Amino acid sequence: MTLTEHLPILIIIVPLFAAILMPLTGVVNRSLCWYFTVLVTFVVFLIAISLVCNVMEVGRISYRLGGWEPPWGIEYVVDSLSVFVLLVVSFIAFAVAVYARRSVEAEIPAGKVPLFYSVYMLFITGLMGVTITGDIFNLYVFLEITSLSIYTLIAMGPNRRALIASFNYLILGTIAGTFVLIGVGYLYMVTGTLNIADLGVLLPKLYGSSAVLTAFAFFTVGLSLKLALFPLHIWLPNAYSYAPSVVSAVVAATATKVGAYVLLRILFTVFSVDFDLSVVPVTYILIFFASLAIIMGSVLALSQTNIKRMLAYSSIGQVGYIVLGAALTNELALTGSIIHIFNHALMKGSLFLVVGIVVYKTGVTDISEFKGLGRKMPITMAAFTLGALSMIGAPLTVGFVSKWYLALGAIDAGMWFLVPVILISSILTAVYFWRVVEKIYFYKPDTVYEVEPVDSGFEPGTDGCIVSRLEAPVTMLVPTVVLSILCIVFGIAATLPVEIASRAARLLLGGG
Amino acid sequence: MIETILGKYNYWIYIALMMIGFYAMVAKENLIKKIIGMSVFQTAVFLFYVSMAKVTGGTAPIEMHHAKLYDNPLPHTLMLTGIVVSVSTTAVALALIIRIYKAYGSIEEDRILDVEKESSGFE
Repeated sequence: MTLTEHLPILIIIVPLFAAILMPLTGVVNRSLCWYFTVLVTFVVFLIAISLVCNVMEVGRISYRLGGWEPPWGIEYVVDSLSVFVLLVVSFIAFAVAVYARRSVEAEIPAGKVPLFYSVYMLFITGLMGVTITGDIFNLYVFLEITSLSIYTLIAMGPNRRALIASFNYLILGTIAGTFVLIGVGYLYMVTGTLNIADLGVLLPKLYGSSAVLTAFAFFTVGLSLKLALFPLHIWLPNAYSYAPSVVSAVVAATATKVGAYVLLRILFTVFSVDFDLSVVPVTYILIFFASLAIIMGSVLALSQTNIKRMLAYSSIGQVGYIVLGAALTNELALTGSIIHIFNHALMKGSLFLVVGIVVYKTGVTDISEFKGLGRKMPITMAAFTLGALSMIGAPLTVGFVSKWYLALGAIDAGMWFLVPVILISSILTAVYFWRVVEKIYFYKPDTVYEVEPVDSGFEPGTDGCIVSRLEAPVTMLVPTVVLSILCIVFGIAATLPVEIASRAARLLLGGG
Repeated sequence: MIETILGKYNYWIYIALMMIGFYAMVAKENLIKKIIGMSVFQTAVFLFYVSMAKVTGGTAPIEMHHAKLYDNPLPHTLMLTGIVVSVSTTAVALALIIRIYKAYGSIEEDRILDVEKESSGFE
């Protein structure tokens, strides 16, 4: 077998081994850890790209672990949906890894830095595993690997409230994970298989069974908790606001997206569209809660004074969009939902990275203290503005593309009343981002920050050059700017991601 | 009726244990008690898996020569993994509780909230 055939397993093995080697690397030389992390995430990103090429060429790739045939052995499946999510997650992981160095140095005690990167690698392993696996019990295990590493990463936050946030998330995350495990148990009980594709074949005959209905209920509630669908969102704001900046960015951009991916898999691959529509009216329930999430996320974001918390609540609203697209169960809406996984990762990633820079440079997280930052860090704030415009859904940005498809999908499903929901939420989003943008550009700074390059512990010119007085080092600035520019690039040249997303949507709806 | 209650008693026990654990996780104020609840909650699910593996009259799947009927070994192996996940979660939770105790001087939720209120009052 050539190396290419083993890519689906390498995408998990590489970060997993890196996680083990990271503390050893730290023993040799602490500063090597960052280089190692960047290298590994880059390799993972390359693997994801080559998987995309393979899938575009040959369609679905099935990898048999240890050579055992699918329904019995564990199978890894790369199809147009999972490869899309793999690409998004690995790209964000790489961008954030490049960014991480300075921010991690500033927020995490030096002795713990190698462990931080080690857990970061485990987190990537978990996300990749959840996305690529074709075995439902394997999916549960990877989900728990992801969750455990998120708890640890959040607990590394500088404020002691991070501990409480992490603990609360641990309790709720474990409830969610165990619910998924119970769901897996009921499905195994009636079908005797754990293979996702095989379940999709066997289940339609058993749709009347109460065990199947129970399994479905446990899956839906458990996953809604994992991806923070509105009434089950309470763990999210604290977790995002007290985590280290790097962690907020990467978790907000990837973890809930992978949760949404799992929900799509359960709704459409394990169960079928027929089941979602006719056996239980789950789509109506999800549409209701998703609309509630979209509106309430924006309303709650409006009342926040802390920028991280505002972005966290806005994430809750954005999760609503993804679930809404899934619940409308037609090709257009589903395309919108899948593409929003990508778009939201880009824009929320760039916004959280900007906040990380502001925290690194000035230490403020209060929106009222953003006064006049536009003059001090023009590039960073331009990135923020681009991200904000995308969140609002201004034309020519990625936010517009996904909202457009969602609106078309809503009309297509005959639910025109969802269009005003999307519009109202966009207006609210505009209002709460405008508050920040106004502070940034139209107020004079009332405090003068005396942070000079020397204070942050590095010499200008050697490694990070200072673009202007308060502008961040290059390693932080470049990933942030790249993400926000991509918000525009894929807003204008939307064809490529839309094509992959609509392929994935057709795949989920059973059209091939 | 009696058949469903007595014949499937292990499933009833699983549900009872699960609800007890779930209640403790949500309602108890002491963080350690929450973790105890979490363990009960997860262990209940192991019972559920092991129960479904039982084949009436079946024996342990290691005795290859004498018996004709074996219990399904797969749920047992799945639960080995489940136990690993549960132990790791408990370990992370206990480590967090130690750090919470160091930071707040208490593991009671209401006391922690009080400490939090006092400190934010001074800011």
